[in-house]
Amino acid sequence: MATPALTPSLLRTAPIFPIFGKETKYEFLKLLRTRSFSLAIIGFPVMFYVLFGIANRNAYSGNIHIAKYMLGSYACFGLIGAALFGIGVGLAGELAAGWLELKRASPMPAPAYLFAKCTSAVAFGLIIVSILTILGTLFGGVSLSSIELIKMLGITIVGSITFASMGLLLALIVPANAATGIVNLIYLPMSFLSGLWMPIRFMPHWLQSIAPILPTYHLSQLMLHIFGYGDTISLAAHWNALIGFILLMLGLSWLIFHRKEQKA
Amino acid sequence: MPLSAFAYETESTIPELPASQQSIATLSNVTKGYGATRALDGLSLALRPGEIVALLGPNGAGKSTAIKILLGLIAPASGIVRVFGNNPRDAATRSRVGVMLQSTRISEMLRVREHIDLFRSYYPCPLPVADILSIAQLQGIEDRLFGQLSGGQRQRVLFALAICGNPDLIFLDEPTVGLDIESRRALWQQIRTLSAHGKTILLTSHYLEEADALAHRIIVINKGRVINEGTPAEIKRIGGARTIRCHTRLTADFLRALPTVTSVEINERRTIVTAADVETVLREMFLCDETLSNLEVASPALEDAFLALTQTS
Repeated sequence: MATPALTPSLLRTAPIFPIFGKETKYEFLKLLRTRSFSLAIIGFPVMFYVLFGIANRNAYSGNIHIAKYMLGSYACFGLIGAALFGIGVGLAGELAAGWLELKRASPMPAPAYLFAKCTSAVAFGLIIVSILTILGTLFGGVSLSSIELIKMLGITIVGSITFASMGLLLALIVPANAATGIVNLIYLPMSFLSGLWMPIRFMPHWLQSIAPILPTYHLSQLMLHIFGYGDTISLAAHWNALIGFILLMLGLSWLIFHRKEQKA
Repeated sequence: MPLSAFAYETESTIPELPASQQSIATLSNVTKGYGATRALDGLSLALRPGEIVALLGPNGAGKSTAIKILLGLIAPASGIVRVFGNNPRDAATRSRVGVMLQSTRISEMLRVREHIDLFRSYYPCPLPVADILSIAQLQGIEDRLFGQLSGGQRQRVLFALAICGNPDLIFLDEPTVGLDIESRRALWQQIRTLSAHGKTILLTSHYLEEADALAHRIIVINKGRVINEGTPAEIKRIGGARTIRCHTRLTADFLRALPTVTSVEINERRTIVTAADVETVLREMFLCDETLSNLEVASPALEDAFLALTQTS
């Protein structure tokens, strides 16, 4: 249909990699500058770890060094918060503001947007876990081998991606002005019931039985297993649970996104 | 869509759009509904290179829906959308399109320069940053956070994002909302300059003055259909039934029976007759009433023409 005059050499697109880079850089900068996000997301796990972890620097429960155990569980608590709030609340806000619509009308490749969000969640997760680790080793008497540290950072990346997928789903179904409240209502009870604040064996039995159905529990067990503090369930089962959870979140997000597109 | 409808569509649209060879963007018989309401009801329009087209209509007429369909943000229920001869969703098509949507709030935590830097990276041949800043009149505030800007400045940043990829086709949905008169006129000037450089611009506006001042062509839509289309002068003439004011002995019933008369109002001193073809009506009136006096004939403002068009449809 187009005449030759209308199809000059202009019919091409911008190189993709610089877009991924810039999108990620500005997403990270934006989150960092949003104090209500960056201070809370780093401050809460640090505060809790100082209060409950470092305060127990000399406490042992059997072979378990409480400060080290808490390092693992508060690392999970922190990285999950960064992913859920960064993506869940951030994306819901951008959807409501029409910012995402403007980007969708531009030639920006959609994967660049999701990549930037996910990478920023991972970056915040790594920052939080690094701060907790430094605090733990300096003040909590925690000793970590370099293998343990590398494995911790690896699980941090896995966990950030897992809960980024949950943040994506929440952003699509939760109204922007209620997003912070709803994410808190999900995040805090889920963290508590998975033993991220205190080990579940100190809880009543009926409460303990809820943990294995929560993704947060499986992530924390993968983290604690690095220190030899894991439960009796096999590692493979925890991995399967997390992978299943990611697929469920992405699948539901995809369905809801497409239904919204058709209704639009 | 039944086959007969399709045949009708091709027959009727081709003579209407003789320039379709050169059209940059077209909607052909597009429908779109939300639940029970029909946002677009067989809308057809074509944009030709270098022209400024204003899409006018009351709230809910389907202006924004038409723009979103041209952008590929929403899919039409039926009908054909073509932008540069292609699907509007293609990245290559989008690389040649710039857009300013209504009431967009972009991140407040990024600086003006950063927003522009990010958006420029989406396009293969973006304008230089300095040019963007000067066209959108953002010099001096480029290092401020978006959240620190006034309403008018924010609107100019959104305009900058619309033009930063050096697009051939620009959609501006209510571009001057929230601007003071001075910045509005400055933006008009920028829009004219873009048009002079061969850019095609489709804008929606509820400032009729804006359409009158800017557009080569006005498309009036209501309830998802094109009601009328033409130059601002033509729209005034077509839509604008003119009004006759005079002293006359003729009765309201007699006047209402005259051709093209749409309303008659008689108060104690004057008779006001509204009609599309005032010359014919006057000829009749002079014939039947030699006492007719104090005659005035008025052309409506574009605003009145517009109201008349959308109310009678």
